[in-house]
Amino acid sequence: MKKAFKLKVKNNSVTLDSTDIKILEMLQEDARKTYTDIGKRLGLAHSTVYDRIKRMEHYGIIKKYTALVDMEKAGAKTVTALMTIYTDPKESEKVAEKLCSIPQILEVYTSLSEELQIIAKVIAENQEKLHDFIATTIAPLPGVLRIRTSIVTKKYKETQPLIGNDPKKLTPTNNKQIK
Amino acid sequence: MKNETEIKALKTVPREKAFYFFTSIGNYTGESASSLREFMEKINTINIKSLEFHMYRGDFEKWVAEVLEDKELAEKICKLRQSNYLGNILRIKLHEIVSKRFKELTELG
Repeated sequence: MKKAFKLKVKNNSVTLDSTDIKILEMLQEDARKTYTDIGKRLGLAHSTVYDRIKRMEHYGIIKKYTALVDMEKAGAKTVTALMTIYTDPKESEKVAEKLCSIPQILEVYTSLSEELQIIAKVIAENQEKLHDFIATTIAPLPGVLRIRTSIVTKKYKETQPLIGNDPKKLTPTNNKQIK
Repeated sequence: MKNETEIKALKTVPREKAFYFFTSIGNYTGESASSLREFMEKINTINIKSLEFHMYRGDFEKWVAEVLEDKELAEKICKLRQSNYLGNILRIKLHEIVSKRFKELTELG
């Protein structure tokens, strides 16, 4: 049986029970499922499903509904790269915030290691534009000490964690593989 | 008579216009130059891989022409690029050209 998760949302707190978790799992599988579809699977009235989803939207647990696009199949020719940005610890927060505001940068993380690093995923039209972008936009940011960039040559897997999964029990069948 | 444009080449440019030294696509060394003087100094110390990388992409002549607005120096660097020097010879030749030009311009100033 799954545990109820207690999540703090700003100054309020909201408790997710096992039904909420199941609803989230179903939406993560397919966000276009109707309240009725979900209700049937879980043995709930569609109005109950509606109320629970609205509550989770209200508290920001469900951030948004979006389409997961296979950029290659959609014909978009882009270069994806992972940048490791070494920063002055005093400036790293500002650097991370600035990176977050740039549309070309898809993901931003800080990492624990001997030196403070920011890891960011970036896309560009081609290698030349990627380089120009890093040279003119990222390198000049105050606090950036140096940058290592790895260009992605092949993507084997892309997934997001499913809400009900215990990380220890994750198996390849829990995640969708890119074909 | 030397004009103002040439003397402008001695200015210090804002950080977003500085030259940032990379060793390959996206790999920034942490070194930059905001003026011709700084550029000249960095030529002596920067990783040779970085000099070769930028030289043969035409990045140096582009920065000198567009940011420092020194067409004469840009042309000299362009000619050097066509000689296909590598390693320390490239470093020495590039430094020679840039320091000579720097001297000329400072004497004007």
